[in-house]
Amino acid sequence: MNNLNLVLPEIFISLSVMFLLILGVFKKNSSQLTFNLSLVTILVVIIFTVNETFSINRITLFNESVVIDRLASLMKIITLIGGFLVLGISSSYLKSFKIFKIEYPILILSSVLGMMIMISSNDLMVFYMGLELQSLALYVLATFNRDQLKSSEAGLKYFVLSALSSGLLLYGCSLIYGFSGSTNFDVIANNLTSNEYALTFGIVFILVGLAFKISAVPFHMWAPDVYEGSPTTVTLFFTMVPKIAALTVFVRFLYVPFLNLIDQWQMIIVFLSIASMIFGAIAAIGQTNIKRLVAYSSIGHVGYTLAGLATGSNDGIQSSIIYISIYVIMNLALFSCLLMLKRNEQYYEDIDDLSGLSKNHPLLSLSLLIILFSLAGIPPLAGFFAKFYVFKAVIEQSMYFLAIVGLLSTVIAAFYYLRIIKIIYFDKEKEKYDSDHGIWLKFSLTFSTILILLYFIFPSKLIEVVSRITII
Amino acid sequence: MNFPILSSLILLPIVGALFLFFTKDKNGNNLTAKYVALFTTIVNFLISIYLWISFDQTTSSFQFVEERIWIKDFINYKVGVDGISILFILLTTFITPLCIVSVNNSVKNNLRDFLIAILIMESFMIGVFCALDLVVFYLFFEAGLIPMFLIIGIWGGPKRVYSAFKFFLFTLLGSVLMLVAIISIYWISGTTDVIALYELGIDAKYQNLLWLAFFSSFAVKTPMWPVHTWLPDAHVEAPTAGSVLLAAILLKMAGYGFIRFSLGLFPVASEIFTPLVYTLSVIAIIFTSFIALMQEDMKKLIAYSSVAHMGFVTLGIFTLQQQGIEGSIIQMLSHGLVSAALFLCVGVVYDRMHSRLIKSYGGIVTIIPKYSILFMLFTLAALGLPGTFGFVGEFLILMGAFKDNFLVAVIASFGVILGAAYMLWLYKRVVFGKLVNEDLKQMADLNRSEYLILSCLAVPTLFFGFYPEPLFNTIEVSVSDLINMHNLNIASK
Repeated sequence: MNNLNLVLPEIFISLSVMFLLILGVFKKNSSQLTFNLSLVTILVVIIFTVNETFSINRITLFNESVVIDRLASLMKIITLIGGFLVLGISSSYLKSFKIFKIEYPILILSSVLGMMIMISSNDLMVFYMGLELQSLALYVLATFNRDQLKSSEAGLKYFVLSALSSGLLLYGCSLIYGFSGSTNFDVIANNLTSNEYALTFGIVFILVGLAFKISAVPFHMWAPDVYEGSPTTVTLFFTMVPKIAALTVFVRFLYVPFLNLIDQWQMIIVFLSIASMIFGAIAAIGQTNIKRLVAYSSIGHVGYTLAGLATGSNDGIQSSIIYISIYVIMNLALFSCLLMLKRNEQYYEDIDDLSGLSKNHPLLSLSLLIILFSLAGIPPLAGFFAKFYVFKAVIEQSMYFLAIVGLLSTVIAAFYYLRIIKIIYFDKEKEKYDSDHGIWLKFSLTFSTILILLYFIFPSKLIEVVSRITII
Repeated sequence: MNFPILSSLILLPIVGALFLFFTKDKNGNNLTAKYVALFTTIVNFLISIYLWISFDQTTSSFQFVEERIWIKDFINYKVGVDGISILFILLTTFITPLCIVSVNNSVKNNLRDFLIAILIMESFMIGVFCALDLVVFYLFFEAGLIPMFLIIGIWGGPKRVYSAFKFFLFTLLGSVLMLVAIISIYWISGTTDVIALYELGIDAKYQNLLWLAFFSSFAVKTPMWPVHTWLPDAHVEAPTAGSVLLAAILLKMAGYGFIRFSLGLFPVASEIFTPLVYTLSVIAIIFTSFIALMQEDMKKLIAYSSVAHMGFVTLGIFTLQQQGIEGSIIQMLSHGLVSAALFLCVGVVYDRMHSRLIKSYGGIVTIIPKYSILFMLFTLAALGLPGTFGFVGEFLILMGAFKDNFLVAVIASFGVILGAAYMLWLYKRVVFGKLVNEDLKQMADLNRSEYLILSCLAVPTLFFGFYPEPLFNTIEVSVSDLINMHNLNIASK
C-alpha cells in the first residue's frame, strides 16, 4: 500500500467530485464557487501528477492492473491542462446561455478522472471502467444546453452510437479474455499464440470501439452532428481531451499485448488512417458551419495521428504524441477565436459570419490566419512540424504509400483552410463583434497562438520530453 | 568571420516587419511605414554588397557558414553561400527596396500590412538561397507561400481569389512530394546537411525517384510547361510589387534548386532525365512564345514570356556544360531585372489608365517620351539584344546547348526569334502607331520615384550587358567544380 501516493491524483479528483456535488446540492447559488474550486482541484492535481509520477520510468500497481509510466504522466498532464483551460474558457459562454450550473465543472472533472484511469490502465477491466466513466459524463455534457433541440439531439445520438460501440468493445474484450486467459495486458502478451483467429476478431472489435471514440473513418458518423449540436465549449472539450486518452489506450492496447500480432492489426490502422485523412479533407470542403468543419478537420487530424501509430516503432508513437499535443494547442486557439465571435450575447458559428473579419478585428484575424495555416501544415508553424515528425516516422518504416497519400490529403485540406482565410481577408466586411472578452479567452488565444507561431525556434523542447517515452 | 552575417540578412527584414507591426496603421499615404521598410531593405542591400565584396571568389567551398543545433540529432540550422547563391541573394536584396518604392500607386489600402508581407517575403527568399540543410531549405521554400498568397489575395485584381488559390495549391502540391523525398534522404543517408550529402553521395538506385520528387516541386515553381498555368493568373491579378517579386525572385528559387539539389545531389538521375527536361523546356520556349504572341493583356504577355525565358534556364542547366549553367544563372539574374522592370512599366501605365489591355494604348511615344525610352530598353533586353544583359545569358545557354544536343539548340534558337517577335510587336502596339484613344493625352510622364526605380534597373541591365565579367568571376569556380563533381560521380557509377 505504500504506492498509494502514485494514484493520489485520481483519488484526489474523485474525492473532490464527491465533495463538490455535496456542496453544490446543499449550498444555494454555488455555481461560481464550484467552478473556482474545480479549477483549483485541477491545478492541484497537475502539481500532484508532476510531483509524484513525472520522474517514474515504469511502475505497475494493484496486481499490475494500473501502470504509471512516462507516457501516462505526460498524457495525464496534457489532459489536465486541456481540461483546465476548457473549464476556464467556459464560464462566460455558459453564462450567456444561462446554463452556468454546478453540474458542468463536476461533469468535466469526472470525465477527466475517467480519462486518467484510461491512460493508466494496464488491464481490460480498468480500461473499460475508465472509458465508461468518461463517456457517461460526456453524454450529459453534450446535452448540457438542454432547452435547445440540437443539443439534446447531439447527446442522444452520441449516447446511442457510443453505447453500440461500447458493446462491440466489450465483446472484443470477452473474446480476448476467453482465448488468452487474462484481462491483464502483460499476461495477455505472454499467453499469446498468433494462430488464434478469435484473438484477431477480439482485436478488431476493440479497434472498432476505439476508432469510434476517436471518430476515425468509417466510425465517424456521429462526430459532425454531435460537434455541431453541443455547446461550443463542450465541442472544444470533445475535440481535444478524449482524443488524448483514446490515443493513449490505442498505444497501450496495440503495443503492449499485441505487438507480436502487428501483421494482423497494422493494415487496419493504415486503412483507418488513410480513410480518415482523405475523408476528413474532402468532406470538410462543403461545410458552412465552423463547428461541423472542425469536426471533419479533426477526423482528418486523427488520421495523421493514426499514421504515426501504424508504424509499429517507438518513433511512430512519439510522433503521434507530438502530433496530438500540437493539435490540442491549435484546437484550443481555434475555438478561442470562435468563442470571440459574439455580438449582443449571441454567438456566431457560420463560416460566412467570418466574412471580412480582418477589417474590424485585425488582431483576431491575424491569429486565425496563423492558426489556420498551422492546421493546414504550412511551415514554419507548429502544425508543419507535427506532420513532419509523423511522416518522418512513417517513411522510416518504408510506408511510402501512406506518406504520399497523407501528404496529398494535406493539399486537399489546405483548400478548405484557405477558403476560411479567403473569407476572413478577401471578402466584404460585416458588423463588428464585441471586443470585451474575458481574461481566460484572451489568455488562451494569445498563449496558444504564440506557441504555434514560435514553436520553430525551440522545437527540441517537446521532443526531449516525448523521446523519453519508450513503449516497445 | 564570427559575425553571423547571413542570419542577420535573414532576420533583419523580420525585425523591420515586427517594428512596423507595432506602429499605428494610418490610412492613406503611410509615409512612416514606407520609410521604415525602405530603410530596412536598403540596409539589407548594403550588407549583401559587403557580403559580395568580402566573398572569396577563388574557391567553390561554402563561405560564411553558420551552424547551430536546431533539432537535436536531427536537423541543424545551417546557412552558407557559394558563388552560385550569393548573386541570388544580391538580386533579392536589390529588387525588394525597388518594390517598396513602387508601392506608391498600386496599393491603396493597408499599406503597412502590405509592407510587412513584403519584408517577411524577403526574409524567406534570402533564407531559400542560403540554406544548406534540406529541411531548412524546404521550410523557407514553403513558408514563402503564405505572404505571397496574401499579397495576391488581399491587394490583387478582380479575379484575385481564384489566382491566389491556384498559386497556393499548385505550389503546395508540387512541394509535398519534395518533403517525402527529403525525409527519405534522411533515412537513406542519415543527414540532411547539403555539404555532407555532396560528399557522401546518394545511392544511384534511389536517385531516380528522389529526382522526380524534387522535380515535381521545382517544375511547378519554375514554372515549366505543362504546369505553368498558375503563373499568368497570378501575375495578372497580383499588384505590381507582387508581380515584380514573383517574376524576379520567386521563380528563381526553382532554378537555383535545380542547380543546387537536382544536379548536386542526384547526378546519375539528372543524366537520365535530361531528355525529359529538354523536351519540356523546348516546348515551353516555343509553345508559350506562340501563346505570348496572341495575348491581349500586357501583364499576361510578359508572364508567358517569363515561362519561355525560364524554359531557356532549365535547358541551360541540364546541358551540364560550363557555358550552359553559367548562362542559366546569368539568364536568371537578367530575367530578374528585366521582367521586374517590364512589370513595373506595365504598372506605370496601368496606374494612369487602369487598363492592361494592349489595344487601349498606342501612340504614346510623343506623350510620355521618357517612359517610352526606358520601356524600349527593357523590351530590347528581354528579347536579348547584344549589349544588354538579356543577351549574355541566352547566348551562353544556346552555346552550351549546341555542344550537347544540336537539334534541341536549333529548335530553341527559334524561340529567340519568337521572343523578338512578341516583344517588339507589344512595344509597337503600345508605344507607336496612331493615337486613337483621346484619354491617353492626359497621361503624365514618369514621376520621380518611377524614374528612379526604372533607372536603377536600367543601369545594371546595360552595365552587365557590356561587362558581365564581375558576375562570371563570382560564379565560375563554383560552377566548374559542380560540373567536375558531377562528372566524377557519373564516372564512378
